[in-house]
Amino acid sequence: MSDHEYTPKSKFGKWFNDRLPLLTLANHLTDYPTPKNLNYWWTFGGILTFCLITQIVTGLVLAMHYIAHADMAFDSVEHIMRDVNYGWLIRYIHANGASMFFLAVYIHIFRSLFYGSYKAPREIIWIIGIIIYLLMMAAAFMGYVLPWGQMSFWGATVITNLFSAIPLVGEGIVTWLWGGYSVDNPTLTRFFTLHYLIPFLILGLVVLHIWALHVPGNNNPVGIDIKKPSKDTVPFHPYIVIKDGFALLMFMIVFAFFVFYTPNILGHADNYIEADPLVTPAHIVPEWYLLPFYAILRSVPDKLLGVVAMLSAIFILAALPWLDTSKIRSAVFRPLYRQFYWILVADVLILGYVGAMPAEGLYLLVARIATAYYFLHFLVILPVLGFKERTLPLPLSITEPVLGGSPNLAVAKKKSEFK
Amino acid sequence: MKNFFRTLFLILLLIGFQYNSNAAEKVEYLKTDWSFKGLFGKFDRASLQRGYQVYTEVCSSCHSMKYLSYRNLAEKGGPEFSEEQVKAIAASFEVKDGPNADGDMFTRPGKLSDKFVMPYENKKAAQAANGGAYPPDMSVLVKARGGGVDYIYSLLQGYEDPPLGVTLDDGVYYNKYMYGNKIKMANQLSDGLVEYSDGTNATVEQMSKDVTTFLMWAAEPHLESRHQMGFKAIVYLIILTVLVYFSMKKIWSRIETEV
Repeated sequence: MSDHEYTPKSKFGKWFNDRLPLLTLANHLTDYPTPKNLNYWWTFGGILTFCLITQIVTGLVLAMHYIAHADMAFDSVEHIMRDVNYGWLIRYIHANGASMFFLAVYIHIFRSLFYGSYKAPREIIWIIGIIIYLLMMAAAFMGYVLPWGQMSFWGATVITNLFSAIPLVGEGIVTWLWGGYSVDNPTLTRFFTLHYLIPFLILGLVVLHIWALHVPGNNNPVGIDIKKPSKDTVPFHPYIVIKDGFALLMFMIVFAFFVFYTPNILGHADNYIEADPLVTPAHIVPEWYLLPFYAILRSVPDKLLGVVAMLSAIFILAALPWLDTSKIRSAVFRPLYRQFYWILVADVLILGYVGAMPAEGLYLLVARIATAYYFLHFLVILPVLGFKERTLPLPLSITEPVLGGSPNLAVAKKKSEFK
Repeated sequence: MKNFFRTLFLILLLIGFQYNSNAAEKVEYLKTDWSFKGLFGKFDRASLQRGYQVYTEVCSSCHSMKYLSYRNLAEKGGPEFSEEQVKAIAASFEVKDGPNADGDMFTRPGKLSDKFVMPYENKKAAQAANGGAYPPDMSVLVKARGGGVDYIYSLLQGYEDPPLGVTLDDGVYYNKYMYGNKIKMANQLSDGLVEYSDGTNATVEQMSKDVTTFLMWAAEPHLESRHQMGFKAIVYLIILTVLVYFSMKKIWSRIETEV
């Protein structure tokens, strides 16, 4: 935190700020010293904030027209698409916005993995991030149920049924979740309520996430601690604001392309068929962003263990700051980790692919190997790597690596651009 | 920055690839040139009007279109019949209304605000009349099928005699584009089945194309304004991005760091 005392210039400003230091906060946010070598992978934090706000605003408008009732939900969505002024636009932004949100969050998470942003002293930021991610998945899942199409209904049935794997109380819990003996109107209304609530929880956590970030300050592509403020930093405004803004605009172009030209490509056609409890779709698949976890779930033959594996795959991330034993943050200086990192990226993409395929034959085999590797990466490779790996020498600072006489200056400079 | 975008592009490509391979069935659908595809895609007005004719004269005896109202037929971006025409179309249907002051239901000629009249009272009646199969509502049918317009277009022309070894139950027909090849709808179209008022030759291919175009509009009535707005929005964003890019370069030129 930049820590010269701030005093407002005007008399009123001073009077107000003494009572509620909003101006001090604004000053902190604009002056906030940010490493000047942040690359474009760092712009996704801002992009994610944009995604959250977009989802909340469009969601509020949709909620004004949507009817959370099993007999009317599907009709009300069609009413939004046809008769509400620009309803189609609002709904397509909201539906594709969810996908964009996840695209951005995955980039954000994998950026963190590459540059070791989860390591001390940033563990709390990371853990809050994982909670946000979990809530995002819950919100997205429940949101997908609301149009009450075939995939909504059967997706909800499959996912809620997972709880029945819990020994003894499982069946009872499922009935309790449903509010009845099958997914029906009570399920829809509670999902709607929770879908409305969760974004505001996320918003609160985002504030904490940023607050926790502003204590140690940003990590950076070189991954070394830097003095703040110094020649290594720039004030957040205008340098980072304009850069984030530029990246956000690029992101919005992609977003707009989906919304205006292929608004349904990321959804499943079956969700334009009204929910029918008597007809099961040929393949029940979740949205693309949940596919890797779906693959893990199905790769275990036992239902309970499958659920445990799926949940562990998420919760293992929370333990990451302690599983990764290396003191070096950035993969730029970790030649071995860098390779394992890309294998993990490939592994997750493969899991996503087989998650969309029927769980049989070769797909199932691949899913099992990829699942095993996923856990191997976090439970074995990362802890061992910290001890075995010979890392490259770190520069002393971002601007003056020469002083350190580092022979790897060229590497540091080149690698920090990220390939 | 170049590296950044290269990586991003690769990831997007991979995700896109995953999605495409998602569409499991690999039947080659018949292709035709749809006027509504592409950045500036618009509906072919005449085709929509002909498609409506095919729908009313052929499909509507079994398939409902419960989300459409007669007024939609006159709206911008649709078939754009004149208001008089649509009033006449609506009036040609008997609509059940009521209860009146005496508490009785009555029928009256349709109005612009009425929804398309349903062929059956309810789903059970529809099933009873069609050997147990429910003719799906057609309002969003195009979006509710994996192959979209190409699938519907192909299906309408995909009736064939079953190959050797395939036996069909009574009321089941063979269609090479149908999932599992068995369909409970008989072949409906034959050359010259309807008489187009604009003189277009009503071949099976032509009717399939027209009615599919009509169904696309029914499912996406705002498609044209979506495309128009999309083009403007993206051009606007690109210009703004360029301006912001140069502002960013200017601002970052104050310090010795590449942005």
